Amino acid sequence: MKDTGGGAPASPPAPLVTMRKRRPFPTYILVFLLPAAGIYTLFMIYPLIDSLRVSLYAPEDGRRAFAGLANYARLLTDSLYAPRFWAALRHNFVFFAVHMLVQNPIGLILAVALSSRRLRGRVIYRTLLFMPTVLSFVIVGFIWQLILSPLWGVAEGLMQAVGAGAYFRPWLGMEGPALVTLSLVSVWQFIGIPMLLFHAALLAIPDEFVEAARVDGASGWTTFWRIELPLILPTVGVVAILTYVGNFNAFDLIYTTQGALAGPNFSTDILGTFFYRTFFGFQLQLGNPTMGATIAGAMFYIILVGVLLYLFVWQRRVQVYEL
Amino acid sequence: MAHLVLITYAVIAMLPVLLIVANSFKTRAAIFSQPHLPPWPGTFSLIGYLTVFSRGNFERYFANSLVVTCVAMALILLLGAAAAFALSQYRFKGNTWVGLYLALGIMIPIRLGTVSILNLTSALGLVNTLWALILVYTAQGLPLAVFILQQFMRQVPRDLLDAARIDGMSEYRIFGLVLPLVRPAVASVAVFTMVPMWNDLWFPLILAPGEATKTVTLGAQQFVGQFISDWNALLASLTLAMLPVLALYVLLSRQLLRGLTAGAIK
Repeated sequence: MKDTGGGAPASPPAPLVTMRKRRPFPTYILVFLLPAAGIYTLFMIYPLIDSLRVSLYAPEDGRRAFAGLANYARLLTDSLYAPRFWAALRHNFVFFAVHMLVQNPIGLILAVALSSRRLRGRVIYRTLLFMPTVLSFVIVGFIWQLILSPLWGVAEGLMQAVGAGAYFRPWLGMEGPALVTLSLVSVWQFIGIPMLLFHAALLAIPDEFVEAARVDGASGWTTFWRIELPLILPTVGVVAILTYVGNFNAFDLIYTTQGALAGPNFSTDILGTFFYRTFFGFQLQLGNPTMGATIAGAMFYIILVGVLLYLFVWQRRVQVYEL
Repeated sequence: MAHLVLITYAVIAMLPVLLIVANSFKTRAAIFSQPHLPPWPGTFSLIGYLTVFSRGNFERYFANSLVVTCVAMALILLLGAAAAFALSQYRFKGNTWVGLYLALGIMIPIRLGTVSILNLTSALGLVNTLWALILVYTAQGLPLAVFILQQFMRQVPRDLLDAARIDGMSEYRIFGLVLPLVRPAVASVAVFTMVPMWNDLWFPLILAPGEATKTVTLGAQQFVGQFISDWNALLASLTLAMLPVLALYVLLSRQLLRGLTAGAIK
């Protein structure tokens, strides 16, 4: 369904010949569109474009000189920025991978369980499972910081109860596991979103499809792989691209639990925290808006690549069935 | 089987939150010696809450968050509905392009423009005002709101509107007529735009970090940080910071989740 708009109906029916003539653009359309378009343009599109522009200029003694891609070259090669940038980018992809491998499959399993027919208490389950998603990153960060704290010992106690006490470590304070631990905390919080998107897609499948497969002797497993999963494939793509884009928004959780320096020893530093530190400065380093804008620009192009892949590769390939 | 999966995960989702809330009502000794038990008469204590209330500014932070979220939400719904109405009801030159332009923002995080947003708000004299947050959040929420509301506006029967036009109603009155018909969409717009606004740390930290304009999320972040060694106050302030959101969520969850699933299908 592309466009169902009928002709501009307010004007009296004009004879066909004069339709060709240019009529003034109806004022009321402008009145409806301009406020939204205005705020959106001023506070979103303009800053994005302006930020990309700033990244192409060198801030030299007050007046800005066009510098082409010099700032980007600096970001990718200068010893002050490049190691941090590549590390942060790698951490972002680890963060993304954990979400794709843990959050989305578990979300799908929960959605399948939630969508099973004649399930009692569906509303209660849905409410409970989605609850962490409405909490703020800040709260979630603190909650897990306390739980994983060796001082309090709650996590250790729980692990001892199941006989795994010896495996407890203060993960958030360790360079190796800190990033994966924080990714899992984020998974815990956001699992509700893929769950509900998959749930909605599964509910939209007509019962007859599944019943017909059952009558033909297909097991629940086969029905899922052969009938349900192909039908919700478009949602799998939506969830993947939402996860990808959302991953570059992750800042709050790291900032809350590990601070702007994303410790220990930058092991949890992602592009969001790197951007913040570079833009505002930290400790002895002064803030640098130009390099900040350059990092934002780099993030923009990385997101763009993902979105274009999604639109032109995934969406072209995936079969959408009309239900 | 389904129940087993769901109950297991419900425990995983709920346990951390319950743990914090239960321990916030206990004495310091009990928090450490028996963290997994609920507060008993012997271990019950409100000391953490007393500390928090004597030192905090929570009422103000809460009021700031409420103002920002409500005003931005109202702007998003009203302006978004008007734009969605124009795009779905009239065929005019550039309709598709305007629609695409407005939809761009769904995929691009507004945070990437932060450097220029800060310049813009300081040029407009809006730094450390709630208006900075309101305008940025409105711009952030509009694309998705227009997109969702458009789907709903298309389903409004055309005959109804044409009848109103024949009766001589102006286009503005007709818009007023359509608004109540898209009420079901409001819930899904609300959940997608309101929760991120309420929970955002980035823009309050950058655009409005002053004491007078702190939001609850920024307030909690800094406030909780002060109590790193006072576990009673730490747990109490965490509980206080999440209680309003949880209460609102439980109250509205039925509509919110229904809106979310409905919005996701189409």
